[in-house]
Amino acid sequence: MSITIIKAGLFTTVQDGGRKGFQHLGINPNGAMDALAMQIANMLIQNKAAEAVIEFFYPAPVIRFNVSAFIALSGADFGATINEIPIPINHPIFVPENAVLSFTKKISGHIAYLAIQGGLELNEWMNSYSTNTRAGAGGVEGRVLIKDDEINFKATVLQENKQSQLQVLPWMADTKGLYQTQSLRYLPGNEFSFLNAFSQQFMTNAQFTVHADSDRMGYRLKGPALKCKKQIELISSGVTNGSIQLLPNGQCIVLLADHQTTGGYPRIGHIIQSDIPTLVQQSPGTIIRLIPVNMETAEKINNRQAQYLQQLKNACTLQLNAYHRH
Amino acid sequence: MKKTIAHIYALGDQAITIEWSASISEEANNQVMHSFHFLQLHPIEGVTDIIPAYSSLTLIYNPTIIRKQAMGGSPFEWLKKKLASLAVAPLETTPKTAPLIVPVCYDLSLAPDLLEATQLTGCAIEEIIAIHTSEIYTVYMLGFLPGFAYMASVNQKIQMPRKTNPRKLVAAGSVGIAGEQTGIYPLEAPGGWQLIGQTPLKIFDITKEEPCFFKPGNRVKFEAISLEQFHQFNAA
Repeated sequence: MSITIIKAGLFTTVQDGGRKGFQHLGINPNGAMDALAMQIANMLIQNKAAEAVIEFFYPAPVIRFNVSAFIALSGADFGATINEIPIPINHPIFVPENAVLSFTKKISGHIAYLAIQGGLELNEWMNSYSTNTRAGAGGVEGRVLIKDDEINFKATVLQENKQSQLQVLPWMADTKGLYQTQSLRYLPGNEFSFLNAFSQQFMTNAQFTVHADSDRMGYRLKGPALKCKKQIELISSGVTNGSIQLLPNGQCIVLLADHQTTGGYPRIGHIIQSDIPTLVQQSPGTIIRLIPVNMETAEKINNRQAQYLQQLKNACTLQLNAYHRH
Repeated sequence: MKKTIAHIYALGDQAITIEWSASISEEANNQVMHSFHFLQLHPIEGVTDIIPAYSSLTLIYNPTIIRKQAMGGSPFEWLKKKLASLAVAPLETTPKTAPLIVPVCYDLSLAPDLLEATQLTGCAIEEIIAIHTSEIYTVYMLGFLPGFAYMASVNQKIQMPRKTNPRKLVAAGSVGIAGEQTGIYPLEAPGGWQLIGQTPLKIFDITKEEPCFFKPGNRVKFEAISLEQFHQFNAA
């Protein structure tokens, strides 16, 4: 029960809900950049929400299923095909033995996820399957996936009724309510007040371009140079996923899944957790807008998103159970 | 001991920070470590990470789990209230543990900045080594890289600023100085600290159950070893 990587793709790694509980040792959390897409792909096929998945960018990998499998794709739409037949994202799909999954073009989004029912059979490192490429640990040998990697997946009940044909199940996860279509929202950070009047004004409705030099550690934002009222030396303290740090050159970086655990640059804001998936799905060159919100609003949005995800999970379970009774 | 008023602030909607001081002080760090150890012993459900720094402690949390404990109320406000009592809790004096001994070879072949350091500090090589090995340092926090320990305080006589042009690649085990901090690169990585030696110890080892050699709050003393001892260390 395995898949084989036929072509590696740009930066294909194994990720899950992230490595929690070791940040005091400087071990960064890693995990899926778009935690929503990871959860949706898993929910569609009744995996645990944070089960290990394959995360990839475009150019995407080519993957062969050495046995039949039950899968789902979510996140970016890279024009997926199975044996050259187009398949949709956000649907549960049965793929037959020796099926080849490949991708044709970047249609929308920036990062895609493949979940396989049962999850991947790998060794955990520090309670997580997520790949930490810096430490060379987690995932497959602590590195990006390369040609000829073979990854086993665990046996599941569903696979016992072996599918000989490609079958796209007719329901889909509606993800529209989860991603933000307009401005991304941020909470002003502890050092926001250090910004000069122009910079504070700019941040009330800020426009940035996602810089080409963006990766899993962080997305750099290209915009006017922001300045503090006076030169300040901060001592290092904790930073987190979504923190907007102001670099000495006046440009901002939003810290993401592979971020360092501590930092010493002014934190002018923090993208709200609910909008991080939308941010990471923006390719370099895309223009984004940031607007401030208060904690009450951020928490309300977060709660709504959590409820929406729960409903989605319930709906997926209901649909799949009904399908099996037939 | 007098109580320090702590400042508690949100670090986005999934993290909260208690800050005892805006500068590096042993007293503030004692408070950080006290709270860190307290929260490790008495975990709050829904708090996934506790990150101590020089003078602050950051908690990463899952708002959905905290919200349940807050009976549907604001996760941030609930945590803030919970932490407020902790922030002013009286400190017990904990006995100081024996320092970890870290062997360091200061041979020029493993210390690419040691010659330059003599110019920056006005101290001879032997003096730099003597001063660097005479202090007992405290691990104030880890960060930057897995297992990278920020230790202080370096004696004023051998303090040096970071390099203006950071190196693209620093060897694992390299011992560096940046201002009043000293540290060891656990992995091969880019870095800007002035490199004055190298330890043969594996500071970060993914094959170990506890991959990081240092923990927050450790006390550390360096011990000079010869190039021969350095090479024998891992051969043994």
